Amino acid sequence: MAVSKFKEALNSGKFLVTCEIGPPKGSDLTQMLHHVDLLKYRVDALNVTDHQSSVMRFPSLGGCLAVKERGGEPILQMTCRDRNRLALQADLMFAHTRGINNVLCLTGDSILVGDHKGAKGVFDLDSVQLLRTVRQMEAGKDMAGNDLEGAVGFCAGAVVTPEATPIEPQMIKFEKKVEAGAEFFQTQAVYDLDKFAKFMEYARQFPVKVLAGMVLLTSVGMAKFLNANIPGIVVPQELIDELANAGRGRALHKGIEIAGRMIAALKKDSICDGVHIMAIGKEEVVPEILAKAGL
Amino acid sequence: MRSITKRKPVEEVEQSLKGFEQVYILGCGTCATMTKTGGRDQVLEIKEYLESLEKTVTGWTVIPIACDEMTEVAMRENERPLRNAGCVLVMACALGVHRISTYTNNPVIPALDTLFIGLEEKPGHFREVCIQCGQCVLGETAGICPVTACNKGLLNGPCGGTNDGKCEVDKNKDCAWTLIYRRLKLQGRLDLMRKYHPPKNYQTAPRPKTVIISTSEENQDGSV
Ligand code: SF4
Ligand code: SF4
Repeated sequence: MAVSKFKEALNSGKFLVTCEIGPPKGSDLTQMLHHVDLLKYRVDALNVTDHQSSVMRFPSLGGCLAVKERGGEPILQMTCRDRNRLALQADLMFAHTRGINNVLCLTGDSILVGDHKGAKGVFDLDSVQLLRTVRQMEAGKDMAGNDLEGAVGFCAGAVVTPEATPIEPQMIKFEKKVEAGAEFFQTQAVYDLDKFAKFMEYARQFPVKVLAGMVLLTSVGMAKFLNANIPGIVVPQELIDELANAGRGRALHKGIEIAGRMIAALKKDSICDGVHIMAIGKEEVVPEILAKAGL
Repeated sequence: MRSITKRKPVEEVEQSLKGFEQVYILGCGTCATMTKTGGRDQVLEIKEYLESLEKTVTGWTVIPIACDEMTEVAMRENERPLRNAGCVLVMACALGVHRISTYTNNPVIPALDTLFIGLEEKPGHFREVCIQCGQCVLGETAGICPVTACNKGLLNGPCGGTNDGKCEVDKNKDCAWTLIYRRLKLQGRLDLMRKYHPPKNYQTAPRPKTVIISTSEENQDGSV
């Protein structure tokens, strides 16, 4: 079975960095490939998003192939929103044959938040069931219990929202994902490191690696937008003030500094096993964030 | 049971009635009356509208329970004006439309969209509670249906979009899984939430679903 480079990195004990790549809306891959080339050797793996926020885009599988072809290590993001169990299993087999060895199992956003609002939301499976499906296919069986001619092999991960309220239902689901075979977690964005450290005290009981989600703050407006619209993200007022006080045209620079500072703090105190950077369209500046973090 | 309907836009009704100069209108005295979509007042309103389009309304009636087999009797009593019309405009839910179309060979045109089967929580407030999935999990979810009340029909707990007990699709809508969590906790049965629910069987009764209930002595257990 092919060994996932990312899995080797997970087991190496080093502080990990993953970064998110968003495929384009359309067939012009220039910018995406530019981001891939910029980041492929700087991070441990590149997640490729799957119709993020239910907005129709170039597929995650295609993006992952591109990462792979260019020498990077892709993490295939797979949501349950658009494919039933046949299609999900088929895509897992395909990904495996093409050397995509990591998968992130997600429920997926509601159709209603996206740009094809009349579409049928599939949700034949949920994230926990998808994780179990990966494990079952690794054991050589499909979901119906039929033998596979050739199994698959993945380093499988999932997501968790450490700042959700109430938190207990999230924890229950987190534990279900661990039981289902998740090896790593990439979290929703965290900004309150004390709170996150508390969550990590809890998460450390489980045999999984946790990468803290880091969404780059680019402006005061963007930070406020996150607070108002993105569930489970809380940008503290101090950070918003910091962005506001950065001066004209300096907010992005400040956001880079904040992200770098937070990553450095997480690493220094070994709070978690790594970070997952979501720069949302500003992938260019990820090397700068890493430099600020001393990575 | 409450079948919740909403009125189709008049333009759509007008479009469906293109080419029909004589129309008979049927309303329903039960659910559609309660939701104010197919009661006497709405029937009269659409009658006036059709007349403003220079159509002839050959007659109208509000059937007590349009989905009931007594509908046949009501339609027989109005046989002549029904026959004189080129089509029947039905202001009942889709069950009523189906029932009515079994008793006439004329085209049957719905004037309402059937939204869901729901409960009236307080006067005028209707909520979908069940999508008749054929494999009820209410016993394990504190009586709140995740298949219906969760926008994604999730079986193993909340998605990451839940926020302060609200759902990612609508800040005014409760997250079903937060409700389930709270109620299970209250009941001291949170272990049920920890239990893994395997993928649902979406073919418990393949569509179209049918059930035959024996009326003979042998099958008193209700098995079908
Ligand atoms: S689980 Fe939900 S949809 Fe299925 S029968 Fe029960 S209440 Fe209805
Ligand atoms: S927020 Fe709650 S109700 Fe809404 S889709 Fe997610 S789990 Fe379901």
